[in-house]
Amino acid sequence: MSIDVLKMLALVFVAVVLQSAIVSSTEIAGATPDLLLVALVAVSLLRGAIWGAAAGFAAGLLFDTANLARLGETSLLLTVAGYWIGRYGETTGRDRTHAPLLSVAVVTILYSVGALALHVVLGDPVDAGTVLVRALIPGVLLNLLLAFPVHALVRRVLGRPEWAAQKVRLLG
Amino acid sequence: MVVGILVVLSLALLSVYFRESSDGPLHGAQDVGATAMRPFQVGAERVARPFRDLYGWFDGLLTAKDENERLREENARLSLEATQNQTAVQENLDLKEQLDYQDLPGLEDYRSVNTRVLGEHSQFGKRLLIAAGSSDGIRLNAPVLSAGALVGAITELSPDTAVVTLLTDESSAVAAYSIRTGALGLIRSGEGGSLAFSNVTKDKDVARGDLVATAGSSVPRLPSLFPRGIPIGIVTSASQTDTEPFKQIQLVSNVNLSNLRAVTVLVR
Repeated sequence: MSIDVLKMLALVFVAVVLQSAIVSSTEIAGATPDLLLVALVAVSLLRGAIWGAAAGFAAGLLFDTANLARLGETSLLLTVAGYWIGRYGETTGRDRTHAPLLSVAVVTILYSVGALALHVVLGDPVDAGTVLVRALIPGVLLNLLLAFPVHALVRRVLGRPEWAAQKVRLLG
Repeated sequence: MVVGILVVLSLALLSVYFRESSDGPLHGAQDVGATAMRPFQVGAERVARPFRDLYGWFDGLLTAKDENERLREENARLSLEATQNQTAVQENLDLKEQLDYQDLPGLEDYRSVNTRVLGEHSQFGKRLLIAAGSSDGIRLNAPVLSAGALVGAITELSPDTAVVTLLTDESSAVAAYSIRTGALGLIRSGEGGSLAFSNVTKDKDVARGDLVATAGSSVPRLPSLFPRGIPIGIVTSASQTDTEPFKQIQLVSNVNLSNLRAVTVLVR
């Protein structure tokens, strides 16, 4: 288990470094891909809700630290995102080929809305038109492009989830 | 249970960070963490640079022909303007000397710190993280330029990094004037990430194509953060209505604010 945790931490750290140093300054069609979110989706789908939430918290904390942003802001959003995607991976999304794509699309939209709402609550000036109209669809598409390669890479590092080997036995 | 604890912890962090001053313990820990992560970020950026350059090269190739033609025309026009400007500058210096004219601090009173943009600091706030900080002499509210034009100001500082709040951020406001007519106003963020030249009264003359620059300030109680005369942008539209007390003026920045890779910070 401890090796698994170290692998997850390493993945999160690499994703944070890449996101903050390279990806966040890459604008394509008015949007920026979110490698960190896509990597978190992969970790959550493969390791479940609790580890997804923990990875989300760690990823958010590291990202806010690296960017000198408000500590706790990204952690809050990614903790919730990691938990929800983890629950989906453990239940409905289990062994579904399209689970990474569906999860990335849904979580990108919810994350954008959640981030927007959080900024409004914190009193930040926000441009809802840009976030929800102009950048959202390109953002979702860019994240979808990253979804399969990142999921495959994360699965190669972490291995398949324990529950994947367990057979479901129907009673009655 | 674990998730609940993590959410509460996030909220607690956010709450404490929001309330404490910039020299509080959380800010201090963040500075240490950011400094520790910076070598990794710089390393990743260096690895990615050849690929970025390759992308930029292909992108440039596609637009090179049109750009070449446009730049030739611009070059001819600017050469003529440069000659006229040199004459005007010399006349200006001669007249100032004759009049013993007392002026505001100019660009020549500042030193430049050129640095790399590490990335976007906020998805919404239009803020950038740069690879230079207080150890390079940068101070809070220092003006930040790109290609000779004002792009924003320093709003957060650590020893090795700083946050630049761009002019397009809703919290930015810069005193500015039209170089052609001297009309004074404020540069604020406009619709859809554009810039607006606001608070210009209707009796002032501002027209499309006017160059707008920082106004500076000689009022001792309210000294301007920026030296006078840094170009900001060019007016793209100017209109007025009977009901509004001020003109509605839009301008476009001299640089592409959404794609800054390197900036210059002015320090005194």
